[in-house]
Amino acid sequence: MKNSLFPTKWAVASGFALIVLAGFDAGESLAERGRIHIVGSSTVFPFSAAVSEYFGKSSDFPTPLVESTGSGGGLKLFCAGAGESHPDITNASRRIKSSEVEACAKNGVDKVTEVKIGFDGIVLANSRESSTINVTLRQIWLALAKEVPEGGVDGANLVANPYKNWSDIDSSLPNVAIEVLGPPPTSGTRDAFVEIAMEGGCKSFDSIKAMSKSDKNAYKTLCHTVREDGAWIDAGENDNLIVQKLLSNPEAFGVFGFSFLDQNQDRLHGSYVGGVEPSFENIASGDYSVSRSLFFYVKNAHVDIVPGLREYVSAFTDEDAWGEEGYLVDKGLIPLPEEEREAMGKQARALKPMSF
Amino acid sequence: MNSAVLPQRIRTRLRRRHAAEKRFRCYGVVALCFALAFLFVLLATIIINGAGVLIHKRMLFEVVVSEHHGDRYGAMIKDSWKAQFPEVTERRQRRALYGLISRDAEFLLRERLADVPVPDNGIVVLSVPFSSDAGEFLETDPDKRDSFSKRLSTEQRGWLERIEAGGKVETVFNSDFFLNADSREPEVAGILGALIGSMLTMCVTFLFSFPVGVMAAVYLEEFAAKGRLFRFIEVNINNLAAVPSIVFGLLGLAVFIGLFGVPRSTPLVGGLVLGLMTLPTIIIATRAALQAVPSSLRYAALALGATPMQAVLHQGLPSAMPGIFTGAIIGMAQALGETAPLLMIGMVAFVADIPDGFTSASTALPVQVFLWADSPERGFVEKTSAAILVLLAFLAVMNSAAIYLRKKFELKW
Repeated sequence: MKNSLFPTKWAVASGFALIVLAGFDAGESLAERGRIHIVGSSTVFPFSAAVSEYFGKSSDFPTPLVESTGSGGGLKLFCAGAGESHPDITNASRRIKSSEVEACAKNGVDKVTEVKIGFDGIVLANSRESSTINVTLRQIWLALAKEVPEGGVDGANLVANPYKNWSDIDSSLPNVAIEVLGPPPTSGTRDAFVEIAMEGGCKSFDSIKAMSKSDKNAYKTLCHTVREDGAWIDAGENDNLIVQKLLSNPEAFGVFGFSFLDQNQDRLHGSYVGGVEPSFENIASGDYSVSRSLFFYVKNAHVDIVPGLREYVSAFTDEDAWGEEGYLVDKGLIPLPEEEREAMGKQARALKPMSF
Repeated sequence: MNSAVLPQRIRTRLRRRHAAEKRFRCYGVVALCFALAFLFVLLATIIINGAGVLIHKRMLFEVVVSEHHGDRYGAMIKDSWKAQFPEVTERRQRRALYGLISRDAEFLLRERLADVPVPDNGIVVLSVPFSSDAGEFLETDPDKRDSFSKRLSTEQRGWLERIEAGGKVETVFNSDFFLNADSREPEVAGILGALIGSMLTMCVTFLFSFPVGVMAAVYLEEFAAKGRLFRFIEVNINNLAAVPSIVFGLLGLAVFIGLFGVPRSTPLVGGLVLGLMTLPTIIIATRAALQAVPSSLRYAALALGATPMQAVLHQGLPSAMPGIFTGAIIGMAQALGETAPLLMIGMVAFVADIPDGFTSASTALPVQVFLWADSPERGFVEKTSAAILVLLAFLAVMNSAAIYLRKKFELKW
């Protein structure tokens, strides 16, 4: 019996030892974190991680830790306070909101450097087994909005979206059922798609555009609400899943970031929007309209306290990284135009805080 | 009794009952086959997708180490690589060429030069991985390589085939996958960081939840007065076992990180959160195991003069141990597969270093699967399946340990 008693005693003892250890350890590592801590957008995550890896391997600083929390979650953590238990940098696939700036300031995070790193195109793509289509933003909105003006005529009464096939909207479009797989409302890609593509199409109707002044909320609801009758399908946060589904259903379209199209050029092709192909060059030049800017934000109070923070910002804004031939381009980042890049890089390396 | 003497009515009913019995067993077999078929399809897909990770193509690459490059290892690699293709002059071509070998090559060179002095002729022979697209191309059967037309240019394919014909390409066991931590380059990304992260996390989970869970169960089962408070606690523990795991993540964020200041993204905080999640399972299993111990054993101990504590520690617990271990392992296996609570406490992260302790930044196996599955690079598809296999293997090891322990402590009455 003595033998079998052993594990109980041992387990109890080590359990308590661990709890004591936990308290002890925590106190120590707070004082000397030593490693850059980055949080934020899952879209910027691959770029941020690539820079971190390169930075860690080519310098004597430890590799920064990059968390994928989403833009909103990242900014929330970032703005929670200054001090070594809070992150140093947050990535975002949209600009910081004024409410977040206020939250930051309230918690003593009043000096923040904003770095715009490049663009991300959002594409409407389908399998190579079907042909590409050429749509306008207005047609995208008509295909996907919950309510549209009757007959697609400006100023007509709003009715529940009657369009079943693409060809119902315009005879130049294929005669197949509208079926679009896209990210769920929690995703930043979805926000961007709705704000740029759908709203863009929505306000091409003058009567609706006039609404944006008279009744802003109604305007937003009308432009941003995606139809719920099965033509749009929330396909989950994982873009690879959407790619798989497009391959098995050549008639469906998918909405996702350009890097996924880029990696699957042999199986998918992007739809032309307003006659412009979603290619690297067209997104970079701004000709392709459905694209958003990507950012990261640096907490100035942490600079020179967290070792390597200044150097990380330099590594990110190096031509070898974010330049037109840098390694981030291979990862799918669409760089800023040269002049803007130069100015932004200078500003970032000087850690010039943004003015709120 | 001879069935011939039975009345017809009884014989018919007997036949019907036997038929029902047979059908019932049939249903069981069908259900089992159904489950097995699904399991088989799942495993087969994962294995087919992931097996390719075991071997990969590398290139024996002669790097010219020249003084004038100083410590610019990237430039040395690029120059030596370019020198093999004299016809490459344009910028665009150079970029396409550099894209064929792994970006990790310069770090391999840096490591090598730190360990071994440069030979007199200045040439270092390095075994370098190809970039993931190029590697996949070379692993593909020459007849089927046309499918790469969109991923690699005709020029790039020509260069690769030339290198291959030159006998510089070797097929080797992919030790990188088992010895590296995560990387954004699929060809050098490895599982070891996540595996060690998971092991450390599970250690903390076990050390935290096992003693606490067993103690709580022993008290509830053997000592607590069975009043209204007892029933209240009992109901709540059962409820807790069904709470969605993300809730434990939020709790961990608020309590462990917010209140106690345990560092984020570490096996310590991960283990504590998963430990909380495992607690109800262990308590329920331990109580059930204690209930199953014949009370005659306890009464005998008490009758011989043992204190209630001695009766539990010497008789009750040792006899219940096999059941307790089973419960603990089921709880731990659940915890091993969790990602949701880890998101809240910062373990869904890119960690390029192998964790070296309970408080160093780390991730876990299911998180690695999730991160890779979400990556745009095609090379990660194979890695995702392979990571799932490693996770399954880890689970199998844990379960075998449970069976071993159960056998070891099993008592027969």
